[in-house]
Amino acid sequence: MLAWTVYISFLGVLALMLLPQRQVAAARWVALATASAGWLVGLAGYAQFQAGEILTIIKRPWVPALGLEYHLAADGVSLTLVLLTGLAALGGVLFSWNLTTRTREFFAFYFTLIGGVYGVFLSFDLFLLFVFYEIAIVPKYFLIAIWGSTRREYAAMKLVLYSFFGSALVLIGLIALYVVAGAHTMNVLELARHPFPHSFQIWAFPLVFVGFAILAGMWPFHTWAPTGHVAAPTAASMLLAGVVMKLGAYGCLRVAMTLFPEGLEAWKTWVAVLAVIGIVYGAMVALVQKDFKFVIGYSSVSHMGFVMLGLVTLNTIGLSGAVLQMFSHGILAGLLFAVVGRMVYDRTHTRELTTLEGMRLSRVMPFVATTFVIAGMASMGLPGFSGFVAELQVLIGAWQLYPTLVVITGVGILIGVAYTWRAMQKAFFGGAGEPGYNSSHSSEHETGAGVEPIPPISIPERIGVVLLIGASLAVGLYPKVLLQVIVPSFDSPLFDWLRKGGGL
Amino acid sequence: MNYLELLKLAAPETIVVLTALTVLAVDLTSMRGIELRLRFIVGGLLTAGGCAVAMAWMLVMPMQANALEGMLVVNQLTQIVKGCLLGLVVATVLISMEARFTAHPAEFLALLLFSTVGMMFLVSAEDLLMIFAALELVSLPLYVLAGFNPTSRYSAEAALKYFLFGATAAAFLLFGLSLIYGVTGATELAAIAHALGGHGPEPLLLVALAMLVIGFGFKLAIVPLHLWVPDTYQGAPAPGAAFIASGSKLACFFIFAKIMMIAFASERIAGSADARALTGGWVSLLAVVATLSMVLGNLAALTQSSVRRLLGYSAIAHAGYLLLGVLAHDGAALAAVVYYAATYGLATIGAFGVVNLVERQMGNDSMSSWLGLSRRAPIAALAMMIFLFSLAGIPPLAGFFGKFYLFAAVLQTGADHHLGLLWLVMVAVLMSVVSFYYYVKVLKWIYLPPPTDVPSSRDTANVSRLAQIVLLLVALAIVALGCFPDLLVGPLQTDL
Repeated sequence: MLAWTVYISFLGVLALMLLPQRQVAAARWVALATASAGWLVGLAGYAQFQAGEILTIIKRPWVPALGLEYHLAADGVSLTLVLLTGLAALGGVLFSWNLTTRTREFFAFYFTLIGGVYGVFLSFDLFLLFVFYEIAIVPKYFLIAIWGSTRREYAAMKLVLYSFFGSALVLIGLIALYVVAGAHTMNVLELARHPFPHSFQIWAFPLVFVGFAILAGMWPFHTWAPTGHVAAPTAASMLLAGVVMKLGAYGCLRVAMTLFPEGLEAWKTWVAVLAVIGIVYGAMVALVQKDFKFVIGYSSVSHMGFVMLGLVTLNTIGLSGAVLQMFSHGILAGLLFAVVGRMVYDRTHTRELTTLEGMRLSRVMPFVATTFVIAGMASMGLPGFSGFVAELQVLIGAWQLYPTLVVITGVGILIGVAYTWRAMQKAFFGGAGEPGYNSSHSSEHETGAGVEPIPPISIPERIGVVLLIGASLAVGLYPKVLLQVIVPSFDSPLFDWLRKGGGL
Repeated sequence: MNYLELLKLAAPETIVVLTALTVLAVDLTSMRGIELRLRFIVGGLLTAGGCAVAMAWMLVMPMQANALEGMLVVNQLTQIVKGCLLGLVVATVLISMEARFTAHPAEFLALLLFSTVGMMFLVSAEDLLMIFAALELVSLPLYVLAGFNPTSRYSAEAALKYFLFGATAAAFLLFGLSLIYGVTGATELAAIAHALGGHGPEPLLLVALAMLVIGFGFKLAIVPLHLWVPDTYQGAPAPGAAFIASGSKLACFFIFAKIMMIAFASERIAGSADARALTGGWVSLLAVVATLSMVLGNLAALTQSSVRRLLGYSAIAHAGYLLLGVLAHDGAALAAVVYYAATYGLATIGAFGVVNLVERQMGNDSMSSWLGLSRRAPIAALAMMIFLFSLAGIPPLAGFFGKFYLFAAVLQTGADHHLGLLWLVMVAVLMSVVSFYYYVKVLKWIYLPPPTDVPSSRDTANVSRLAQIVLLLVALAIVALGCFPDLLVGPLQTDL
C-alpha cells in the first residue's frame, strides 16, 4: 500500500512529461492530483499501521548475484516522515499555483524529488535507499537553477555539490560496510544484527554520519542550506527545508546510528556539541539578517540542531522528540517559506526587511500577517503547537546526559524568540508608532514601487495555510497521534544494538 | 581439431567479416548515385543486422573451447563480452547514420566492422602472439576512422596523433611481450604463470611489466599516456570517436585485466613469496597510475569549454576507475570491469551522438552551442541528461550501478575483508564528486533559460526525428541496465 506513494509520484512525473508544453492548468491539476494521492496513500497507510511492527511492503530479489533486494518497509519513524512528505508536497503544489514558466517541467522535477524522498523513507535495503537518496538530490539543482531567484546558479551548484559530497561519503561507508559484513546483503534488518568490529565502527560511523548530516544542515556543514533555501522557488524551499533536510537526519538515524552503535558511543558528545552550536549559531545569525528569507533559512539550521541533539540522547524520549521535531519543523519551515516566498515576495518583489518595514503589510495583507504570527509563534515553541512538544522532549532527553548543553540550548531558544519577533515586527508591523508619517509614506511607496496593486491572497494559498497550521496544531494539542507510532518503533529489533549501547 | 570446428568456434567473427564485405559490395554495386543519407541508412541497417545475427548465433550456440593452446578461447564470459562489443557497434552505427562527415559510408562501416573483428579475437585470445596480432587489427582501422573526415584539419590531426602514439605504444608492447617470452619461454598466459613459479621480481620482468603497462596504457587512455585522448576525441568524426572511446576500451580493458589476472597474479603462480612480491609490484604501479588518471582526468575536465574535450578528459578519469578493477585481479572484479566498461561505452556513444546532433545544428561543440538545447530538441536534451548522469554515476542509471559493483568488488579483494584498497576507492568516489560538477555544467547550458531569447522555432525543424529516436533508445538502454542490472550481472556472475 505505502509503496504507492513512490509509484504515484513517478507516474505523476511520467504524466507531466507526456502533457503538451503549453497546458499550464493541466500540469497544475496533474500535480495537485499526484500530491494529494500520495498524501492520501500515506494517511491510509497510517490508518492501517499497527504500532510497533515493521511493516514489510514489498521484498523481491533485485540483483541476486550481489544480494541486493527491492525491499520497501515501514516502521513508525518512516511512517511519520511519509506523512510529512505528503503534506509538504501538497503544500508545495498549492503554494506554486501561480507558477507559469515551464510549469510542466517544474512539476516533473518536483515529483522526481518527492518520489525519491518517499523512497528513502521506505527503503529497508541500503542500496535501494541510496538510489532513492541520489534521485532526490539531482532535481534540486534544476529546481533552483531554473526557477530560483537570488544568485540561483551559484546556490544551486553549491547545494548540489554539498549534497553530492555528503552522499559520496555515505557511498564509501555503505560499500565498506557491505564488504565487511560479508558482501551478501544490504538488508538493514540483517546488517543491524551484524556485529561490526569496533575499529571499523570508529571510522565508519563519522564517515556515514557526517555524510548524512551534511544534508541535515548540521553545523559546520550547513552553509548550503541558507543560500539554497533563499535562492530556491517557494515550493522547492518548502521541500528543501521541510523534507530534504529530514532525509539527512533520517539517514543518520537509520544507517549510521543503527549499524554503528559503538562508533556512536565514541562520537556522540561531539555530535551533541555540534548540534548545540548549530542551534545557537543559527539563531544568532538569523537575528542579524537583512533578507527575510535568510532569517527563515538560518532558523532551519537552528531547528535541525534540535533534531541532531535529540538523536544522540539515545533515550526513547529524546529520540522520539527528534522524530517529532523533524515532522514539526517540516511543517513549520514549509509554512514560513510559503509566507515569505509566495505570499510576500511574489507580491511585493522584495525581501529586504528594511523595505518591507515601510509597506505596512499588516494592513495591506492581514491574512499573511496573521499567518506569519501563528507560524512564528509555533516555530519559537509556543505550547499548543507541534514545535513545543518536540523541543521539550528533546531537551528532557538531553538533560540526563548533557545538562550544560541544555542550558546553552535554552539561550538559543531565547534568541529564537528574538529573531522571530524582529522579523515579524519589521516585515509586518513596521513603523506602526507614527501613523501620520507612515500612511503618506506608504502610499507614496505603493505608487512608486508597483503600479500593480498587491494581488489578493488566492484560494490555494488559504487552503495550504489551513492545512499546514492544522497539522501543526493537531500534533501540538494531541501529540499522541504521532507518538503512538513513533515510540514503539524504538523497541523493534532494529534498534537492539542501540538499546544495548545507550540504555534506550 | 579440424578446420570445420575452428570455423564453428570463430563463427561470430566470420559473420562480422562477411557483413563487412556485404556492406562494401552492396554499396559498390547497387547504391551508386543514390542519395548519401539513404546509402548510410541502408549500410547501417545491414551492419546492425549482421551484428544482430552474430549475437544471435552466440546466444543459440553456446560453446566452450580452448583451441590451439590459448589462441582462441571461447567460453561464456568471452561470448558475453563479444555480445557487449557488438551492442556497442550497433549503437555506434545507429548514431552515425545521420552523420555527414564522409561520402563513403560503406568504407566507414566496413572499417568499423573490421576493427570489431579484431576486438572479438582480442577478447578470445589467451596467447601473447594472438593478443598482439588482434590488437593491431583493432588499431589500424581505428586510425583511419579517426581521420575519416577529409574536410576537417582537426580530423587529420586527430588521426596523426592517434597513429603516432599508437605505433610507439605498440612498439613498447611488442618489446615487453618479447621480454616476457624471454624470461618464461612461453606465450600462453597460463603457461607463463606456471613458468614464473621460481621467479621473483627480477629486473627483466619488471621492465617487461612496465612496457606492458605502457603499451596497454595508450589504448586504455591512462595517465601519463593520455595526451592523444582530448585531441583525438575533439578532431575525429563523432561516431569514430565514440567507437574509440567505447568498444576499444572495453576490449582492451578486458584483455589487460585477463593478462594480469592469469599470468601475473600470485594466486595463480605456483606459490612463493617472490611471486607475491612481483604481484605487489605491479599492483602498486597500477595504483599510482590509476590515482593519477582519476585526479588529472577529472581536474582537467573542469576547465574545458568543448564538450568533446570534456568527454576526452572524463574518459581518462573513467579509465582510472576501471584500473581499480584490473589491479584487484580476481574474477568478481573482472565481471565488474566488463559491466562498467560496457555501460560506460554505451553512455559515451550516446553523448557523442548528441554532440554530433548539436554540431550539425550549430557548427561546433563549444558550451554556448548547447544553449537552449532543451527547447530546440527536448528528446535529445533528455537523452544527454541521462548519458551525463550515467557517466557521473547517478542512480538509477547504469553508471551508478557500475561504480557500486566495481568498487564493492575491489574492496572485497585481499584476505578476509581487510579493505586493503579502501584508499583507492575513497579517491575514486570523491573524484566522482568533482566529475559531477562538470557534467552538470553541460546540463546547465542545455536546460537553463537563455538570457536573450535564442531563435528556437527555426532550428527545431533541423533536428531529425530519427536521430532523436535513436538517442532515446540508447538512453532507455542505460536506464534499463541501471534499473535491472541483473540483465548483465546475472550472466556475468554465473560464469565465475
